[in-house]
Amino acid sequence: MALISCEGVSMAYGGHVVLTGINFNVEMGNYICVVGENGSGKSTLAKGLLRLMPPASGRITYGDGLVSNRVGYIPQRSPAGADFPAGVYEVVISGCLARRGFMPFYSKNDRQNAIYNMKRLDIESLKDKCFGELSGGQQQRVLLARALCSAGSLLILDEPTAGLDPMAAQDFYDIIDELHSRGDMAIVMISHDVGRALSGATHVLHIGCSQEFFGAREAYLASAAGRKFTGMGEESGAAPDA
Amino acid sequence: MPDLPAILSEMFSYAFMVRAFIVGLLVSLCASILGVSLVLKRYSMIGDGLSHVGFGALAIAMATNTAPLAVSIPIVVAAAFVLLRISENSKIRGDAAIALISTSSLALGVMVISMTTGINTDVCNYMFGSILAMSRSDVYLSVALSSVVLVMYVLFYNKIFAVTFDETFARATGVRAGFYNTMLAILSAVTIVLAMRMMGAMLISSLIIFPALSSMRVLRRFRSVVVSSAVISVVCFVTGIVISYQYATPTGASVVCANIVVFCALSAARFFMNRTGVFK
Ligand SMILES: Nc1ncnc2c1ncn2[C@@H]1O[C@H](COP(=O)(O)OP(=O)(O)OP(=O)(O)O)[C@@H](O)[C@H]1O
Ligand SMILES: [Mg+2]
Repeated sequence: MALISCEGVSMAYGGHVVLTGINFNVEMGNYICVVGENGSGKSTLAKGLLRLMPPASGRITYGDGLVSNRVGYIPQRSPAGADFPAGVYEVVISGCLARRGFMPFYSKNDRQNAIYNMKRLDIESLKDKCFGELSGGQQQRVLLARALCSAGSLLILDEPTAGLDPMAAQDFYDIIDELHSRGDMAIVMISHDVGRALSGATHVLHIGCSQEFFGAREAYLASAAGRKFTGMGEESGAAPDA
Repeated sequence: MPDLPAILSEMFSYAFMVRAFIVGLLVSLCASILGVSLVLKRYSMIGDGLSHVGFGALAIAMATNTAPLAVSIPIVVAAAFVLLRISENSKIRGDAAIALISTSSLALGVMVISMTTGINTDVCNYMFGSILAMSRSDVYLSVALSSVVLVMYVLFYNKIFAVTFDETFARATGVRAGFYNTMLAILSAVTIVLAMRMMGAMLISSLIIFPALSSMRVLRRFRSVVVSSAVISVVCFVTGIVISYQYATPTGASVVCANIVVFCALSAARFFMNRTGVFK
């Protein structure tokens, strides 16, 4: 059974529909890249998948393998301003919180898990720094470490490399590729960085207020929507999108 | 320099001073730690609004001759619900709506007072605070409620951090953010009512805001800010109450003045730390 399946999902803000006709499944081991123009509803879809917003119509069902508090998430915008006093370790371990349920304090296991994920992303040296004073790339790594603390089998990343320099973005994608290669989780990544993000993905979901394409990466690159969007359709006369 | 131990022992020979001291210490602690989240969530206006609602409620209690705390706690808690909803739902006009509610309750309170008792010493005490205002049963209730606030805060500390830092993430991973926001508002409401008798309706929100802001001048981690706010608040309260005893100044205003001094000192400290490069 799929981790998540969307059947005819549409999403709306106060009656104003921004996204319709979404049909796709997230299976264990998938690495789905969600692409589309600004305002096409990618972040809104992420909200739906995360149950932050109910779908206006259609159904989003969750497989047995997916418990709601075992989802990792990186929001599109950095959560707090530079003046927010939050230490890196405090931020990372807060990912373990949902699993605590009604237990008030973190267990030894949680603390080890937080340290393990910080080591994995090479941010252990930042442990005592203030989150707001880190660079964009460092913040993104911290948020990924937090997401890994809360993620069991699903990771949802909303434009995790926006604002990173090409080297930092490359590093970030390498980390995601490495996570994916372990095969024990599904990754849904929203990205505008079509070239690099697509190279690691297994599937592509292309949306533009409705679903334009869902399928394997190879099929997407060969499709009309894919050729146009990735700029590989220039020889067929389509104007390249700047 | 006056003889501090002598002043303290004289002060504590009065039973009412001991009561005021215990209650003041507890509510200062509660107000300062809740204040960190309220300031960071941009809910400071709610604290201010609640204190005005509290004044209106006290005025009604006085007019109807009922127990002030028993009347004002439910009213202010209900107001906390309303103000929280307003500031969550309408981001733009939220602060205007809160100002509307707080001035309305102030006006209502003044109307009730002038039609019944008139502006007398009691009213002045509600506006600017008095340690004499506290009866023995008030003290028991205050100690019990502020202990509850402290215990709840410690038990839910990690969740409070999570919903303060990143509410969306907390929600997405299954933390019931709405529940904890509401809890924060209720705890603040209770604290404000308890502290209002001593600090006065006009001054209570400084007890919430000052320690948190002062700590954030120099500290960069949530836990250190919470602990330091608690320490600053307690130190300022003790300083304030001693000054108020020694020089016969109102307690609330004295505590606020102590807080102003700490805030200025820490702002100066930050300025020099920036220059000498301790930060960044
Ligand atoms: N909170 C909101 N209230 C009302 N409308 C919204 C809200 N958030 C988004 N929208 C609308 O929904 C549509 C989709 O927005 P969404 O944020 O999902 O786009 P996106 O694909 O993530 O864009 P981007 O690439 O810029 O991040 C937009 O037209 C936007 O105006
Ligand atoms: Mg978006």
